[in-house]
Amino acid sequence: MDIKDIIKPENLVYDKSKLQIDTIMHYCPGCTHGVVHKILAEVIDEMGIQERTIGVSPVGCAVFAYNYIDIDWQQAAHGRAPAVATGIARTNPDKIVFTYQGDGDLASIGAAEILHACNRGENMVVIFINNAIYGMTGGQMAPTTLLGQRTSTSPGGRNVELNGHPLKITEMIAMLPGVHYVTRQSAHTASTVRKCKKAIRKAFENVMAKKGTSFIEVVSTCNSGWKMTPVGANTWMEENMFPVYVPGELKDNDKQVPSEKN
Amino acid sequence: MAKVRGAVVVEKEGCKGCSLCVEACPQGVLALNKEVNSRGYHYSYMKNPDDCIGCSNCGMVCPDTCITIYRVKI
Amino acid sequence: MGELRLMKGNEVLAEAAIRCGCDGYFGYPITPQSEVMETLMELQPWETTGMVVLQAESEVASINMVYGAAATGKKVMTSSSSPGVSLMMEGISYIAGAELPCLVVNVQRGGPGLGTIQPSQADYNQAVKGGGHGDYRLITLAPASVQEMHDFVDLAFNLAFKYRNPAMILTDGALGQMMEKVELADFKPRWTREEIQEISGSWATTGKTASRERNVVTSLEMDPGKMEQNNLRFQEKFKAIQENEVRYETFMCEDAEYVLVAFGTSSRICQKAIELGRAKGIKVGLLRPITLWPFPSEVIASMTCRVKGFLSVEMSAGQMVDDVKLAVFNSGCTVPVEYFGRMGGILPSPNEVIEALESKLINR
Repeated sequence: MDIKDIIKPENLVYDKSKLQIDTIMHYCPGCTHGVVHKILAEVIDEMGIQERTIGVSPVGCAVFAYNYIDIDWQQAAHGRAPAVATGIARTNPDKIVFTYQGDGDLASIGAAEILHACNRGENMVVIFINNAIYGMTGGQMAPTTLLGQRTSTSPGGRNVELNGHPLKITEMIAMLPGVHYVTRQSAHTASTVRKCKKAIRKAFENVMAKKGTSFIEVVSTCNSGWKMTPVGANTWMEENMFPVYVPGELKDNDKQVPSEKN
Repeated sequence: MAKVRGAVVVEKEGCKGCSLCVEACPQGVLALNKEVNSRGYHYSYMKNPDDCIGCSNCGMVCPDTCITIYRVKI
Repeated sequence: MGELRLMKGNEVLAEAAIRCGCDGYFGYPITPQSEVMETLMELQPWETTGMVVLQAESEVASINMVYGAAATGKKVMTSSSSPGVSLMMEGISYIAGAELPCLVVNVQRGGPGLGTIQPSQADYNQAVKGGGHGDYRLITLAPASVQEMHDFVDLAFNLAFKYRNPAMILTDGALGQMMEKVELADFKPRWTREEIQEISGSWATTGKTASRERNVVTSLEMDPGKMEQNNLRFQEKFKAIQENEVRYETFMCEDAEYVLVAFGTSSRICQKAIELGRAKGIKVGLLRPITLWPFPSEVIASMTCRVKGFLSVEMSAGQMVDDVKLAVFNSGCTVPVEYFGRMGGILPSPNEVIEALESKLINR
């Protein structure tokens, strides 16, 4: 069978979501942000909630998320996205609000805002991209940087005496009664992308049903910051990140009984 | 037994040559081209098109959403 | 005539917010302005007008909640006192940069640092010269009575929406805690979805529909050429505000040889000082700036050639005096401009003001 006979509209099985804006993203080759953006565009499109969704983009590489998904967006100051989202959600209870934040934004400068927004159980989705480094500013140590991990501000590797321990903020979030759903995903293989999409869809459904905060950590790569190839970064993530940031469900109030990890 | 054939269309200019799709392909269909696109990236292409089963794994992992996939039962 | 009540300045801010159709208040407790949120929580406007009231985890969070809600076209506000307002400066700069309307109330206390909980006017520079980063301006209103605390809430929102710029009510602990008779406005309903669409639909994040492009609220622009254009547009807006929105009041200035310049609490002290001065035969009047930015420079300039001097009376080490000097400098005539003030939460007394006028200007 000739390729031309396969490439026909009736045989189309996978294409760009119509909510994803047709432009080349500014992200480095192999960056996880692109995959998560794609998932978000697909979920919002498939759920038919474009008119109701407002995204809040952070400071960091994903500051430009608003250039890629065709919904209304607000750009927040570093770490403040959960407070911004609170303002939107409280005064617009009919809207579906999500924040999209990196580990520097969410777990360091915005630690207070995320904890309190989650503790209040704000009706919103939080997408937390954890790649254990500050990407946008050039690869500095983040609160989630692993012990021994070399960054531009921990050139000898992260050291407990100097820098303290990697912050497992998702575990902290899962302890808060206001939070409905907490899960840790990745998006580096086809199967993890499918699972991640399912989790994100569930989170948006939770917000539509006004169940409170749904928090999704996506353990991610920053191959530029880590100074690796994209494929090498995926392997490094599996070998080094997953033992510390263990993928899986941390909490789901729909299932009544919180999981053991909580 | 019905056989499945697939085809992958890579939007050449959108590809950044990260090779995550090459890695994700269970059939060894994709490879990075020796040629580069206008932005200097070795873009992905179907090196072994006959082996494609249209599983969509490459599209799933593509961070730049530059892969369109077709599938047909024959 | 509207309903008359005896109320505290802080309480009336809350009452006025509800009555003017405010959609939301986000705040954090700090003396001497905590009664604003306490009053709102007591009045429970979410049960009546639908106004949202939320105690945030910090002033940093409250101003960002204001940012989020304001970007959806809602009429929202926060209030705090000096140290808390310092924490809000980042958010205020973002709000100005993203061209969002909102109201911030600063019930000032003495600084720097934790300072004191007593009244002060030492945040003048912070309010009118920036405070946060970048070239922006805050429309700054300075009430001098509990009635004006009430009236300026609605006025501040009107100006904020007219120019898509944050507005500030710069008051102090004395006015916040003071009880006076106030005539309350009638209740205005909150804007409907359709009204918000009409007023702010072109920029507000009300949800992207098929009929329009997506609205993105941001202060970021990586292209320096475009960022300069943004700044030039802001400057045009600020110029229009300066041309159209200057507000002030004069008291016994017609024949005045000396003019006291004072706002808020210190302007009330100056009124008493003028009585004392006039009794002594000194021809003294008062110029009270109501908008601190835009500053009434032109009215000062217009007086310069017929008076013998200005005395800026402040509850600070002398901040507004610089703006008085600039106005005089630009007038072409030369007259002395002096400052008198008290700090640390102490109010100047009327006698002290007249003594300062005599020693610094009349007998110089």
